[in-house]
Amino acid sequence: MNWEASVTLFGTIALIFLIGLTISRREKASESFVQDYFLGGRSLGGFVLAMTMTATYGSASSFIGGPGVAYNEGLGWVLLSLIQVATGYFTLMILGKKFAIVTRQYSAITLVDFLKERYQSKWVVLLSSFSIIVFLFSTMAAQWIGGGRLIESLTGLSYHSALFIFVITVLIYVTLGGFRAVTITDAIQGSIMLIGTIILLVAVIIAGGGIPSIISDLQQVNPNLITPYGADGSLTPAYVSSYWVLVGVGVVALPQIAVRAMSYKSAAALHRAIIIGTIVVAVIMLNMHLIGVFARAILPGIEVGDRVMPLIALEVLPPWLAGFVLAAPLAAIMSTVDSLLLLVSSTIVKDIYINYVNPNPSRKKVQRISMGVTAVLGIIVFLMAVNPPDLIIWLNLFAIGGLEATFIWPIIMGIYWRKGNKYGAIASMIAGIASYIVFQSFYPQPLGMHSVVTSIILSLIAYVGVSLSTNYKYLGN
Amino acid sequence: MNKIDMNDKKYTMKTANREALIGIGLVIFHFIWWFTFAYGFGSRDVSDYKYIFGLPAWFFYSCIVGVIVISVLVYIVVKFFFEEVSLDLEELEKK
Repeated sequence: MNWEASVTLFGTIALIFLIGLTISRREKASESFVQDYFLGGRSLGGFVLAMTMTATYGSASSFIGGPGVAYNEGLGWVLLSLIQVATGYFTLMILGKKFAIVTRQYSAITLVDFLKERYQSKWVVLLSSFSIIVFLFSTMAAQWIGGGRLIESLTGLSYHSALFIFVITVLIYVTLGGFRAVTITDAIQGSIMLIGTIILLVAVIIAGGGIPSIISDLQQVNPNLITPYGADGSLTPAYVSSYWVLVGVGVVALPQIAVRAMSYKSAAALHRAIIIGTIVVAVIMLNMHLIGVFARAILPGIEVGDRVMPLIALEVLPPWLAGFVLAAPLAAIMSTVDSLLLLVSSTIVKDIYINYVNPNPSRKKVQRISMGVTAVLGIIVFLMAVNPPDLIIWLNLFAIGGLEATFIWPIIMGIYWRKGNKYGAIASMIAGIASYIVFQSFYPQPLGMHSVVTSIILSLIAYVGVSLSTNYKYLGN
Repeated sequence: MNKIDMNDKKYTMKTANREALIGIGLVIFHFIWWFTFAYGFGSRDVSDYKYIFGLPAWFFYSCIVGVIVISVLVYIVVKFFFEEVSLDLEELEKK
């Protein structure tokens, strides 16, 4: 076991959590526990909003899986991952002010709340809750596996004990802290990620003898590593471009992102968040994935992609610094998991329990149920992560595409198109989920693109077609 | 924030719509920049690659320069074209 690295790793994590809890405790509670616990009372400032967006999205897929794939695919994967820079500005500009205004009007706390008020339909609520629970569950499992792997590689503990440590930390934190605590830690974690990736990239470049020598090493291993086409030439322009939908513009439809887009304080906070978010995502994505590519020249022959990051950090940095730098990806995973957990439990408590089971529970009762559900969910995901599949990134991308195909049009058209109605929304959700699952299973790359593109087009057709053809039923409104 | 704000609802909504359109414009520009340089320079044979600061030219222009250009554009757009409007239209507030 690597003591020095472990101590700084866990020390940093513990410090982040302590700060988050202290700050969130100091804020006075408003009358609504639900609003506070799940939304932080709509009080986020620009910096915290930018960082929490970055940390939520920059999850295990980018921080552990991403550099691992970049290690195998070369610069082509960096090209692909940089598409995510667009999410830094696009999400907040598109949902932007309109979403914040509308959700305030509706007093919506969750994405499902918004859909419920906008479409006034029980089926919309049930369908969206269902897909949030199913898809975010698989995302969470993927994240937990990533966290376990990271602790495993760094400390030398077994995967199961690593996973166990990870889960306990996350559970305690989310259960006690709620949304505001999570977003504050996100802000700190985001900053560590930013600094950590810069340190690590510089160390990697020095260890590799400078960029030109690294690039020529890579070229000798396999010339394709320095082309945009991937190690075996399989990253075609059409396929890579279709990721503009999956990890670029489609991200507006992810519930964990959308909920943040309704939680900020003012237009000024939004503006600051757009600028900071774009720059931070850009720096982190570029550094993280370049580290993965360059690592190939320094440490060839790593078999499990997920272990590239921890191993290269231990190779090029002194152990205590490696521990600090790796606190960044671990923190990223934790914050993703934190917010996913909150989201799934808010779906259960707020959208299903309060809507349909018990409309007027006392504050005490909601508090107990929220924390209880959050804790139980965590334990279930842990059990799922105990026997994990190998490459977490694909699991994760499957869920992301599914959520996007479900929610993109009900959200976007819900804000910008008055004629959209509940029939359109239901049709679009069903078309989106169903076609995505079918394509993924039987025909994963229609027209050479990621299947999320076709599913999103199908669900748009369903939304517009059904809304228009049922519009007469809606005249009363 | 929810003082006597002069913004009437229509104006706020118009602003919000315009800013969303700007977002779409930016992302299209971003995509074209990214695609043109990556596959324009990157599709040559590897032995013909040019290098800038040790990185292949396609990567340098598409990724490094692209990221810088888009960050600057985002900054300009937000600073000069986005407006600070009140987000509480009617004074509603929590449940």
